[in-house]
Amino acid sequence: MSSVLFDAAGPRARARYRTYSIISAVALLLLLAFLGWRMYDTGQFEYEKWEPFVTPEYIRALLVDGLLQTLLMAFSSIILAVVLGMVLGMGKLSEQAWLRWPCWLVVEFFRAVPLLLLIVFIYFTYGIGDGIGSYWSVVIGLTLYNGSVLAEVFRAGINAVPKGQSEAAYAIGMRKFQVMTSVLMPQGVKIMLPAIISQCVVALKDTSLGFYVAAPGLTRVGKGIYVEFANQVPTAIVLAAIYIVTNLVLSWIATKVQRRLTGERKVLVSSGA
Amino acid sequence: MSYVISNFELMLSAFRLTLELFVLSAVVSLVFGTLLAAARVGPVPVLARAGAVYVTLVRNTPLLVVFIFVFVVMPQLEMNIDSFMAKGVLALSVYTSAFVCEAMRSGINSVPLGQAEASRAIGLTFTQSMGLVVLPQALRAVVPPLASVLIALIKNTSVGAAFGLAEATFRMKGFTNDNTSERPLIFLTFAIGYIVLVEIVSAGAILLERRWRVAR
Repeated sequence: MSSVLFDAAGPRARARYRTYSIISAVALLLLLAFLGWRMYDTGQFEYEKWEPFVTPEYIRALLVDGLLQTLLMAFSSIILAVVLGMVLGMGKLSEQAWLRWPCWLVVEFFRAVPLLLLIVFIYFTYGIGDGIGSYWSVVIGLTLYNGSVLAEVFRAGINAVPKGQSEAAYAIGMRKFQVMTSVLMPQGVKIMLPAIISQCVVALKDTSLGFYVAAPGLTRVGKGIYVEFANQVPTAIVLAAIYIVTNLVLSWIATKVQRRLTGERKVLVSSGA
Repeated sequence: MSYVISNFELMLSAFRLTLELFVLSAVVSLVFGTLLAAARVGPVPVLARAGAVYVTLVRNTPLLVVFIFVFVVMPQLEMNIDSFMAKGVLALSVYTSAFVCEAMRSGINSVPLGQAEASRAIGLTFTQSMGLVVLPQALRAVVPPLASVLIALIKNTSVGAAFGLAEATFRMKGFTNDNTSERPLIFLTFAIGYIVLVEIVSAGAILLERRWRVAR
């Protein structure tokens, strides 16, 4: 195989690559063995430490109070964020300056402010006591942040629809609103959908920030377990595994949707950092 | 307003910590991320596979869980690091490296295969074709995604607040607890602090892009 960086390897190069492969495999195995030995040495493999994860009661707590709450938070905030993103995105596309500028300001502000700062502010100002509580503080924070990100996605998606489409729609006598709702949006959404789903992955990861304001979800259940059993290491591994599997499933769905809807045509991809 | 002004010194020191966290993690993750990218696009299958596994695992783990690994799990394994700063930088770098790696890889992949083939065809050596043809083009393509990774890093430093690093978000929480009547103002002041940092990075990226732009 030839790539931009190097040519297809000849026999001598192949032999060299094999040596490197063996050396690096040994190095990686040593690293893993070191971690395994640290875990063994500090008694992380003892049954008591893993017991909660084979006990139905705790599995239920992890899945229902943890994963389900996390998913609920992520999806409710994404749905709200899609609505907010559409409003802000439309606002940014508007020809009225008095509508465009405030929308631009809101989008830029919430995109640049750390989500945790936003959540902390919402929670301690409106959330505690008789307020909206930690759950909604996180959901609102996520909605404002993801809504602003999706506003950009939305604007870019509408702009990615070929110009001839809106010109043709105007030519057959549609109004601006009709052009947007029955011509541009249905086509734009197809282009945007993968970006929206990958934003779901980002939202799902960000729900973990609720940890700081004691919001429900995986991280709080996890903390409860490791405080009770003093099994920090197994709990962290299980938490990470649940997040990774859920996110991989979401990304897999995103790829499926992308294939089905766009047939490999141009799509927007967000970096998702 | 009075509260923010009278504690301005404290706020500045919090932002200094945010900035230190950002700069140190940025340097570490740029170096490590580049090495990872090299492993992923390189010709050694084991390294390429290991790099891919690392990126997949880390990218799908929330940063908060990475922080839990560094701040809670590592002491349990008797691999504790004493300095909070070092722990914060480690957690942020482990996470950000994966994104740096992907940004670098997308830059290299954006160079068309024909460029390298043409440079080989006119007899350039490996070093020449890398240094004169492939890498300059990859470098230009890498600036915008790398800038957004760094901007995300600035915002991610805030997660340190949940683990006792007294950076800006931590300080804002303290401020809003001490002075309940000026909360929105305090929030706005800290938000502007972050926005300034973000704008500096994105202005730098735009400047680089402009300087390196080639006439096509």
